[in-house]
Amino acid sequence: MKAKVHITLKTGVLDPQGKAIAHALGSLGFGGVDEVRQGKYIELDLAETDPAKAKAAVDDMCKKLLANTVIENYTVEVVG
Amino acid sequence: MKSAIIVFPGTNREQDIRVALRQASGTDPLLVFHLETSLPEVDLIVLPGGFAHGDYLRCGAMAARSPIVQDVVAKAKRGVPVLGVCNGFQVLTETGLLPGALMRNADLKFVCRNVDLRVETSQSIFTSGLSEGEVMNVPVAHHDGNYFADPETLDRLEGEGRVAFRYCAPGGAVDGTGNPNGSARNIAGIFNESKTVLGMMPHPEDAVDPLHGGTGGRGLFDGIVRALS
Repeated sequence: MKAKVHITLKTGVLDPQGKAIAHALGSLGFGGVDEVRQGKYIELDLAETDPAKAKAAVDDMCKKLLANTVIENYTVEVVG
Repeated sequence: MKSAIIVFPGTNREQDIRVALRQASGTDPLLVFHLETSLPEVDLIVLPGGFAHGDYLRCGAMAARSPIVQDVVAKAKRGVPVLGVCNGFQVLTETGLLPGALMRNADLKFVCRNVDLRVETSQSIFTSGLSEGEVMNVPVAHHDGNYFADPETLDRLEGEGRVAFRYCAPGGAVDGTGNPNGSARNIAGIFNESKTVLGMMPHPEDAVDPLHGGTGGRGLFDGIVRALS
């Protein structure tokens, strides 16, 4: 099955890249964009067939490597 | 003084640290590759600068999970002094030995120039050869040196005297003008609780010879060697 992991910066953590994107959108004439926060998307193909076990395993992967929980939040979605 | 320098794929400042330590101590440090699983007993472990594992995922993230770093963490917890410079500082925060994280520079630019650092304390094995308030002129070379920690952690670091260096103006004023990367409270280097682990973004090892254009980093290495010999 597949796991989809979204990693985003925690609220309060400065995101200069997001700010630069927001600025560029403004320059292109896209109005009304109050804030942009940039994150990461990671897709994993897993041998595990039990959704609960797969989710628990990916959760552990996030804590140990994929996300830095000092500055980032993550969400795990298991599909297929 | 016996020292070991850890080398990852993408490390590029190991020879700079080696020269600085050899000059200060008279002994050649050991270079240890990341796939080794244990270090010999040494007086100092150094995580040098560079771009370990290409800075993939996050700076220092892969290196912090490499086999040798598990032994570095174990030894650090036993009190063996560990110095992390630049990418080494990023690795130390990724291991959890030091709090906070190094984020992308606030202006999004790679910064490569000399900066002035104010020594915040001489009360550590790393800064015992320096005086509080002394200003060191040393280079920085990084894209991700913007120190971040939550306000409680920053208060604790300051309250416990664990800020080693701050970016300052040439005269020593910590007013933000000398801050090259947007670091919280102008922090350039911090200690762990026992002050036996130091992480810093600037490169003192690249200011130890007049041919470097200055010797502002020399006092740090001389002090470390005196404290550990």
